[in-house]
Amino acid sequence: MSTLKGRNLISITDFNKEEYLEVLDIAEGFEKNPKQPILRDHVVATLFFEPSTRTRLSFESAANQLGCRVLGFSDPGATSVQKGESLHDTIKMVSSYADLIVMRNPKEGSSRYASEVASIPVINAGDGANQHPTQCLLDLYSIRKTQGTLDNLNIALVGDLKYGRTVHSLVQAMCNWNTTFHLVSPEELKLPSSVKASIKKAGLKYYQYREIRDIIGIADIIYMTRVQRERFTDLLEYERVKDSCILTAPMLQGCKDNMRILHPLPRVNEITTDVDRTPYAYYFQQAQNGVYVRQALIAAILGAK
Amino acid sequence: METKKELVVPAIENGTVIDHIPTESVYQVVHILGLENYKDEVLIGTYLQSGKLGRKGIIKIKNKHFSKEEVSKVALIAPFVTVITIKDYQVIEKFATEIPDHIENFIKCANPKCITNFEDIPTRFDIVDKENLKLRCHYCEKYTTKETIKFIS
Repeated sequence: MSTLKGRNLISITDFNKEEYLEVLDIAEGFEKNPKQPILRDHVVATLFFEPSTRTRLSFESAANQLGCRVLGFSDPGATSVQKGESLHDTIKMVSSYADLIVMRNPKEGSSRYASEVASIPVINAGDGANQHPTQCLLDLYSIRKTQGTLDNLNIALVGDLKYGRTVHSLVQAMCNWNTTFHLVSPEELKLPSSVKASIKKAGLKYYQYREIRDIIGIADIIYMTRVQRERFTDLLEYERVKDSCILTAPMLQGCKDNMRILHPLPRVNEITTDVDRTPYAYYFQQAQNGVYVRQALIAAILGAK
Repeated sequence: METKKELVVPAIENGTVIDHIPTESVYQVVHILGLENYKDEVLIGTYLQSGKLGRKGIIKIKNKHFSKEEVSKVALIAPFVTVITIKDYQVIEKFATEIPDHIENFIKCANPKCITNFEDIPTRFDIVDKENLKLRCHYCEKYTTKETIKFIS
């Protein structure tokens, strides 16, 4: 039986390297055969306290393909949360209706708290700017699938490296393997020193750049992120830097054959649509992989794998 | 002829003396230890001459003893405080406060988006850097520092 049975997944650091690999291995099985109704008598509650299209549908698709019943809400406006019910009481109540909670909530730390209140396991589907561990696991899955390994890779991270939670989690997770990080961002959106410290602590190297073209010939993976307008207090500053991290098809000349482009989505204009037609674009398959990874997590946590 | 040094703050027969408090932190220490509501004598001296600190504060609390854990909170704002237990005017025990590894329900999380600032949840922190006072919230995983520290009143 998996060590993941009955566990919560709140932060990517809640699992160790072996556990990441276990999830990825189980997910591979679901990619080969997605329709495995092995959890027919189980109920998964998806509690979305803020809107999310991809993550919610991906979790619900995963649960449905496992044969689970899904209940929950995607708009807290239609629930007793609107009447002022505390998160504590909502979670207590849902614990008696379901076998597993999947929660997204804009308040940071809410998922950790929910896991302490709930009598059933909790998977964090995003708690504000804090953590979104299933995104990180599907990123790992996509990297391993496209490169055949997670070891000895050159990973380029582009865009908002300061606030992008997916970037921070991915760096933390990839520090378990021999990774070289190539960081491309505007000066204002550089990777925080605490995250750089974890790279150094792992005995790994990182290099910083201002232009995407500097990493094109080096990278095995280019992980693009959106430079979000709402991150800037000074909108003039945003206007000045917003175009500095845009990837277009002509820029890909000279890249490695094995190079693949990932993006947590949604994208706005940081990857132009001409890139979609190149063999290097992998972001839509990456989103698809999210379903297999979430199937693997639900199955392992509920003890079916 | 031997001259006996006069104590600016009188000695207590039984209780605790908290010495070598940075003078600007004296009232914060009073607050942290909840002495505003203590129903016995509390003697407070501030801006006193000190060989070690130049100027210092001292608090003497009659008939009250603290565990190391209780006074460890004081170390967050005043790291070099000495705690002396007195019985019959004699020093029974003397120790320096130490910054604890974890604290609960004592500091507010500095992250305005943290769940602990919305719901009635006891805050929990790991102290990740004792020298520069950096606390990591157990819930939102963000840091509260010396500059942003606020006590739960």
